[in-house]
Amino acid sequence: MTKPKISVGAVIEEPGSTIKNKTGGWRSFRPVIDQKKCIKCGTCWKFCPDNAIKKNKKGEFEINYDYCKGCGICAKECPVKAIKMVKEEK
Amino acid sequence: MKKVIEASTAVALGVKLCNPAVIPMYPITPQTHIVERLADYINDGLLKSEMIHVESEHSAISAALGSEATGVRTFTATASQGLALMHEILFVVAGMRLPVVMAVANRALSAPINIWNDQQDSISERDTGWIQLYVESAQEALDTIIQAYKIAENRKVLLPVMVCLDGFTLSHVYEPVDIPEKKDVDKFLPKYNPLFKLNPEKPVTMGPIGFPNTYMEFRKATHEAMLNAIDIIKNANNDFKKSFNRSYGNGLIETYKINDAEYAVATMGTACSTTRIVVDELRKQGKKVGLIKIKSFRPFPKQEIISCCQNIKGIAVIDRNISLGNEGALLTEFKSAFYNQNKKPIINGFIAGLGGRDITPDHIKTAFKKIETSNNSEWLL
Repeated sequence: MTKPKISVGAVIEEPGSTIKNKTGGWRSFRPVIDQKKCIKCGTCWKFCPDNAIKKNKKGEFEINYDYCKGCGICAKECPVKAIKMVKEEK
Repeated sequence: MKKVIEASTAVALGVKLCNPAVIPMYPITPQTHIVERLADYINDGLLKSEMIHVESEHSAISAALGSEATGVRTFTATASQGLALMHEILFVVAGMRLPVVMAVANRALSAPINIWNDQQDSISERDTGWIQLYVESAQEALDTIIQAYKIAENRKVLLPVMVCLDGFTLSHVYEPVDIPEKKDVDKFLPKYNPLFKLNPEKPVTMGPIGFPNTYMEFRKATHEAMLNAIDIIKNANNDFKKSFNRSYGNGLIETYKINDAEYAVATMGTACSTTRIVVDELRKQGKKVGLIKIKSFRPFPKQEIISCCQNIKGIAVIDRNISLGNEGALLTEFKSAFYNQNKKPIINGFIAGLGGRDITPDHIKTAFKKIETSNNSEWLL
């Protein structure tokens, strides 16, 4: 980790800086979407607390593993059980 | 203009003269008169502050945090259980370096439930990063509120300030008070110019996570700001003297007949006034005694205390609080201040005036008498 600038009261003057901290490394289980089962309802996209699910040009939902912390909410909420939580292994 | 007013009114008038934009308020004995007066001023069109009625003290301090983050001057007041309920957010306000000013009408903590005065409530918030100034009179309460904004908003400090006044013993006492003119206060206290503020035109993030690689640096910076406050408190006291012809010692401590004294009582708040009377009485009997009033408990003015005690043989520290299982908090501070000095006085402590018990001249005489013989924290019941 690099040492960020110390500001008074930890105020961050540059907006959108959270994108610099890739938090995917916190994950112990990764969500994997089975595109064949997916009905493209967008429930996972709505519920993702880290805004780590995006719709691609083909209209499929994709997970950004740079930021997904593996909380599993998407898998829990998916109405057709199209998302599986798979253990991260080195 | 001189008027006989209640010390709570003096606090409210001090606040009114500083024009805070927002005052979140929640009543609690013995602080309630302060926010009642402020509500009156707002109702009567004498004060343009926005009053926020909140559902608890946790909310009052949270609203004060949010208000101050938008870059406007903010005030609130509390006591006892209310201050204890604020505990979590007190750290956040200090860590985010938001210069909120809050009056604390010092009151005992439950249990047993007790609405009367001691200083356990604010002493228990010692390590939250708030500057703590203890006052002795209605005049000092008013003057210190005005100085508190000047200290808190200084760019070298940017820390919140608690102005602590003894509940009932001071908060409900009527005294003659010289009320400063608004134009003079405006000259002394410039318009608040925040370093950062929440502004949709120029967004910033406040209160982010501090990872292990930076958290210590932020804590150190806050500690250094607290140390900077030592000089800034002195300056505020000096500037106040120039503008209003009143001052309180050097702003950090105030002494009485200490120059040739051999023995001194050290204490905070209204007990200082009683000690002055006892000092005069004992002086008439030829005893060389004096008073060290600690106004600033945080930052703790170690150096100032050491310098004024060069010829002192013994100090009796009277604490209106108790760190259960050890001793009074001020006693610990005094002993720590002298630990590395070659020449040190005998320092002994006394616990007095808890839960509304009066600290009488007799208690103070006992403390003077037992300076050299007492064994650490003796209870003056």
